[in-house]
Amino acid sequence: MADVILKADDLVKHYPIKGGVLRTTVGHVKAVDGVSFELHRGETLGIVGESGCGKSTLGRVLMRLEEPTAGTVNFDGIDMFSQSGSAMRKLRRDIQIVFQDPYTSLNPRKTVGDIVAEPFEIHPDVVPKGGRKKAVQELLALVGLNPEHINRYPHQFSGGQRQRIGIARGIALRPKVLICDEPVSALDVSVQAQVINLMEKLQDELGLSYIFIAHDLSVVRHISDRVGVMYLGRMVELGTEEEIYQRPTHPYTQALLSAVPVPDPTMRGKREQIVLTGDVPSPANPPKGCRFHTRCFKAQERCSVDDPELMDRPDGVAAHRSACHYAEPRVIVETVDVSALAPDPRFATTDVVDHDAFSDDGGLLPADAASMAERSHASGESEGPMDRPHDITRVVDNDPSEKRDPTN
Amino acid sequence: MTTTTKSVAPASAYKPDSEGRLLEVDDLYVEFHTAEGIAKAINGVSFDLRQGETLAILGESGSGKSVTAQAIMGILDMPPAVIPSGAIRYCGEDLLTMPEEQRRKARGPEISIIFQDALSSLNPTFPVGWQIGEMFRQHRGMNRSDAYAQAVRLMERVAIPAAKERVKSYPHQFSGGMRQRIMIAMAIALDPAVLIADEPTTALDVTVQAQIMALLAELQDERQMGLILITHDLGVVADVADRAAVMYAGRIVAKADIEDLYARPAHPYTRGLLESIPRLDQKGQTLAAIGGLPPNLTRIPPGCTFNPRCRMSQDICREQEPDLLPIAGQMSRCHFAEEVLNG
Repeated sequence: MADVILKADDLVKHYPIKGGVLRTTVGHVKAVDGVSFELHRGETLGIVGESGCGKSTLGRVLMRLEEPTAGTVNFDGIDMFSQSGSAMRKLRRDIQIVFQDPYTSLNPRKTVGDIVAEPFEIHPDVVPKGGRKKAVQELLALVGLNPEHINRYPHQFSGGQRQRIGIARGIALRPKVLICDEPVSALDVSVQAQVINLMEKLQDELGLSYIFIAHDLSVVRHISDRVGVMYLGRMVELGTEEEIYQRPTHPYTQALLSAVPVPDPTMRGKREQIVLTGDVPSPANPPKGCRFHTRCFKAQERCSVDDPELMDRPDGVAAHRSACHYAEPRVIVETVDVSALAPDPRFATTDVVDHDAFSDDGGLLPADAASMAERSHASGESEGPMDRPHDITRVVDNDPSEKRDPTN
Repeated sequence: MTTTTKSVAPASAYKPDSEGRLLEVDDLYVEFHTAEGIAKAINGVSFDLRQGETLAILGESGSGKSVTAQAIMGILDMPPAVIPSGAIRYCGEDLLTMPEEQRRKARGPEISIIFQDALSSLNPTFPVGWQIGEMFRQHRGMNRSDAYAQAVRLMERVAIPAAKERVKSYPHQFSGGMRQRIMIAMAIALDPAVLIADEPTTALDVTVQAQIMALLAELQDERQMGLILITHDLGVVADVADRAAVMYAGRIVAKADIEDLYARPAHPYTRGLLESIPRLDQKGQTLAAIGGLPPNLTRIPPGCTFNPRCRMSQDICREQEPDLLPIAGQMSRCHFAEEVLNG
């Protein structure tokens, strides 16, 4: 197993609830309540769970955008929360974030160039001032956007293109870890696939480790090496992609998996559905004992008293971590291995370049753009000028802006 | 939950036509006159809906699927919207030419809609029971207390726990799933024959989505409603729809029975969509994208609207817009439908 780059130990984040005339603290929202895991170098750890389970808060705490109430994060041998000032700033280079909503996470008053160059302003020693424009253009090419669009504003781009800008900003400082908080959930399916493929390509090329926070279990299965399932501020199951999807042992994971519709009408009525009743309880007042016991189909008396620990429990083949007293494996989705199948190139492409960012009349051909992205990466570390094909100056804009039409 | 539900519905004056069709949308066009020009949101959309069946309208954002729903309901803002031509017939009567008075009588008792975002579709300043009861006060002339009683009955029917106690609660006091149940209660209040569900579960978590879809299926079965399910989610469609129409840039590009749509797609767009979704039941899947973006509706490309993104595109596709033609029991708007189907 690869070495650990980030290790979270018993992370807790409580938000005070203020109430009464004197605005005294009357309780706490236990957003993250004792989460431990480790992230290996070069892997993708998916974090799944329903809204309100604390997965986004976890991402923010790992970035130290929020100070944790308790717990530690060890990043590459350094205790993250004991760092301050310049040491912390230096550490932040290595851990960056991509946010969910590409419509609100980019400043509408700044050009793409300013947005992607902002990390260089904060960390001026990474790229000298004179080289920043070039560095930004290289980054844009790397994420499959037209480097000539450096002076455009976010509203001139479509959702998928904006998310690429967010990714370019996230990788600008060549971080070791990229936290992705629902990076594709705001995108249409036909665009989503391209952004996912781009993220996989960047991971291979830059050796990134991802923490991929999402609610879409299919997307997480596709991109993750290991997966953690969260419920009400706790990690309830943690294992490899195969362990979580093929032999889940926690009833919540099983229910989640059974609720995901599969795009195959012949499966209708043939899949076992575990219907959970009720809603997720309030994180301000989580149930005693196992937090899931109020909705669990397996709950026994013990579950309302005794809080199960997240520890290795047998899953039929070996063992992986699960927080259930009655953990036992259950096949929810019959998995088909399709790694030998390739998508039909007549209908879809695995290319990660955004064709719409390049004009198709007289501009760069997508193939050129792809090789350019490759080259720009190869020259990424060097000081030399970017090896751009001469005809890049001919790129004319063909209106890649997706005007938000009033129709849908 | 065992309350009888047919109690307050008077016999409808409307009957499906001789071929069993409840609703028929015929060559509908909708335009939006905006500062940037005329956005052609819907360009000749036709489909029909029968009693008890579920028709899915699939499409990405901007494809015109929600506008279609709004046109049927008569809730488009006009202006900026204009309906230059087309007909929407409910049991043979054209809703578009009907006097507004008469249309109001059809909207609610005959056709109703559930929106995606329950929080912004409910009025935050009135209790939910008041809002459900409004259907009865407006359409049935009931008094307040009877309307509240009906609201409780409906809230019980859509499985809202402690309905009696919660009938006077406000929308913000409910969770997202419960709010969607309230929307459903309002929509089915007057026993409509047609229910349009516009992205009913998009804002919800999967476990709640499963609950809501199960509830809709149950209600449809019980009342034999025709259901139009508008969504972008190919998973949900596979689970519930009988037939599907795929929309792209304001046109229906493919129409098929549900099994054909997934097993034998006859349009490159449908094929591309199916290649681009990650599947829960597959591992080692290579994802592929369609690439590019749907066209700006104020500048729809000549020829086939999908041609700039289509990887099979030929000269003819750039010159001539294909018609929606039958092929192997389905409909496809593609010059090369046969090749797509057989490839």
